[in-house]
Amino acid sequence: MNKLKLIIKREFLAKVRNRSFIIMTFVSPLIMAGMIALVVYLSKSSMEKINVVAYVDNSKFFSKKDFKDSNTIHYINLTEVNLDKAKKIVQESNHDGLLFIPEKDSIEQITESIQFFSQETPSMVLISSLENNLEKKLEKEKMLQLNIDLKKLEQSDLNVDIKLSNYSGEKSSKLVNGIKIALGMGAGYIIMMFIIVYGAMVMRSVIEEKTSRIVEVIISSVKPFQLMMGKVIGTAGAGLLQFFIWAVLMFLMLVAGSYFFGMDSMASVQTAQIPTDQMEAIATNDAQFALSEILKLPLFSMFIWFILFFLGGYLLYSSIYAAIGSAVDNETDTQQFMMPVIMPLMIGVYVGFATVINDPHGTVATVFSMIPFTSPIVMLMRIPFGVPLWQIALSLFLLILTFLAVIWLAAKIYRVGILMYGKKVNYKELYKWLKY
Amino acid sequence: MDNILVTEKIVKNFGDFRALDNISIEVPEQSIFGLLGPNGAGKTTLIRIINQITLPDQGKVFFNGNILQPNDVHFIGYLPEERGLYKRMKVGEQSIYLAQLKGLSKIEAKKRLKYWFDKFEIGDWWNKKVEELSKGMAQKIQFIVTVLHEPKLLIFDEPFSGFDPINANLIKEEILQLRDKGATIIFSTHRMESVEELCEYIALIDRSKKILDGKLVDIKKQFKTNAFEVGLVTEEKDKLMQEISQKFEVSKAEFKSLEDDLKLRINLSDSETSTDLIKYLNKRALINHYVEVIPTANDIFIQAVKQNS
Repeated sequence: MNKLKLIIKREFLAKVRNRSFIIMTFVSPLIMAGMIALVVYLSKSSMEKINVVAYVDNSKFFSKKDFKDSNTIHYINLTEVNLDKAKKIVQESNHDGLLFIPEKDSIEQITESIQFFSQETPSMVLISSLENNLEKKLEKEKMLQLNIDLKKLEQSDLNVDIKLSNYSGEKSSKLVNGIKIALGMGAGYIIMMFIIVYGAMVMRSVIEEKTSRIVEVIISSVKPFQLMMGKVIGTAGAGLLQFFIWAVLMFLMLVAGSYFFGMDSMASVQTAQIPTDQMEAIATNDAQFALSEILKLPLFSMFIWFILFFLGGYLLYSSIYAAIGSAVDNETDTQQFMMPVIMPLMIGVYVGFATVINDPHGTVATVFSMIPFTSPIVMLMRIPFGVPLWQIALSLFLLILTFLAVIWLAAKIYRVGILMYGKKVNYKELYKWLKY
Repeated sequence: MDNILVTEKIVKNFGDFRALDNISIEVPEQSIFGLLGPNGAGKTTLIRIINQITLPDQGKVFFNGNILQPNDVHFIGYLPEERGLYKRMKVGEQSIYLAQLKGLSKIEAKKRLKYWFDKFEIGDWWNKKVEELSKGMAQKIQFIVTVLHEPKLLIFDEPFSGFDPINANLIKEEILQLRDKGATIIFSTHRMESVEELCEYIALIDRSKKILDGKLVDIKKQFKTNAFEVGLVTEEKDKLMQEISQKFEVSKAEFKSLEDDLKLRINLSDSETSTDLIKYLNKRALINHYVEVIPTANDIFIQAVKQNS
């Protein structure tokens, strides 16, 4: 036991002191934050971009009022000139496009014959907002033709909002559903990434011990199983430390970010709040609402499940990675064994993305959340939607059973593999090792 | 004398291949024991079983009279043939780690390491990474780490490989000193001159079977052929040789001498003795060289392996 601790400590320190670990831990969150900031900035500025659209309206259904400038579109009326000339003007003055509405008798004909000319393919957002605008007007016209009372129609417009709640009366909303999806997907994805990155790290560390030929010295003092488990656990420790540092950095950046970017919006909310009580409803902005909804989720139990499934999945896969590392002489030889390891992880993530969002408790999602090789990912995606305890327990039980079996097998391969040099290994050979 | 290590009918199979077939050896306490054999004979497998790296399929290993226990690794030091260190770890830190794995406390490990580092005058390597050291330097560290926990039984597999003659000699002296202080040494090597020089007992393994073992002196007696090397000062070499060869089995021999003498190797039959030969030769020429041919470890090795095949 004491020796296991020594090994864990060495493996942990070897990982943590590594330059690439330090860089990964401290630089990658900065890169992530930078990327997010860039995306936000770019999408903001593209939102703010105003498209200049000229139009030639030869129909009798629209008036100037229907081409009022919006936040994103500035209209120029070129109805006075003919179409060819209008095209020329638009091209010369580098406008974003030309909307052409021909002269037709019926509304139906109009809907099919409106055209948009432009140099480059216009964005979907622009086209759909143009379409919306025209559609609204034409629908109104049509209703007038059909003698429909617009006032009454407006009054009849209802909006059904189904309130979601579970049997114990906890309310939820669609926003919460979105948050659940995000949390579940995020957790599943993090687990997959962690297993791949840190599993490969365990494997590389096994190969390093093999190629540096220290392994026989070590296992004359400790059991191969201790060495393998020490490696697996020590590496997990380094990974958890990295998680922790990232969480802290993320929190700090969030605070700093909201301080720098969110100041005006916060300020406006506060000033709005003070004068009247009526403003209260508006004051609870989206972010605050989301936060309060997140806090309503059973976060603590979700965290516990996350840790348990994470540990189960990581132990399962990293012991396989250790066995692979022991079987080869260098990293390039690992290729043939990697596919079957990464495959179930990928399947887990894709099945999760594809099925859990639509139907968290459907057959596919349920089955894959039971299969031990995909359960850590799929079950964690399902958990925010409320999974019966017996299912979680069963899934966890199967996972533990499997990882015990896999570690046992991996240790057998590892024991033989670490002392085997210069042998091209295939699956048949590995099977033989199990019996040595 | 007591045996510190006894293996009893060890059998080890790898699939269909039998790597060790009923290997029994006895290693007397405070001796240097040579474990010899051609490549692939099974020496390393046997050594790994003694180190509890591999488990035998059948047979028992006794250490100090008792069945080998997991904790006995603390009393065994092993320098494998395939050896190395963590390249990116510092020398001092790594040595302490390896010593701790052998059951030493950190403080004790540091104290003993200081002694050895001073002795080998390598104190300034402490904070260097292993990858900065030359191969010979790393081998020295490896040797220190192997003996640091003062094991009762030391197993060296090709200990001199990677050392220049000066350092090889230094290591040899250390091994002898360790023996004198009470350690037992199992020594696996292909270098027969070091077997000749160091080993008191040997066991020879060939193709998974032990084909020979015992005290080196006894084995030599067993292998000696009642042959003698003689140098005879004479004017007529050919004539004399012809004459002798009518009575004895004679062949030409090679050895260094100051005279231009007739150098012969004479094999006696079981009924003839050395006295008979000397008497016979003395009558015919001046004997300036007379020595019994003792088989070298090398001869024994080759002969035994040939006989086995």
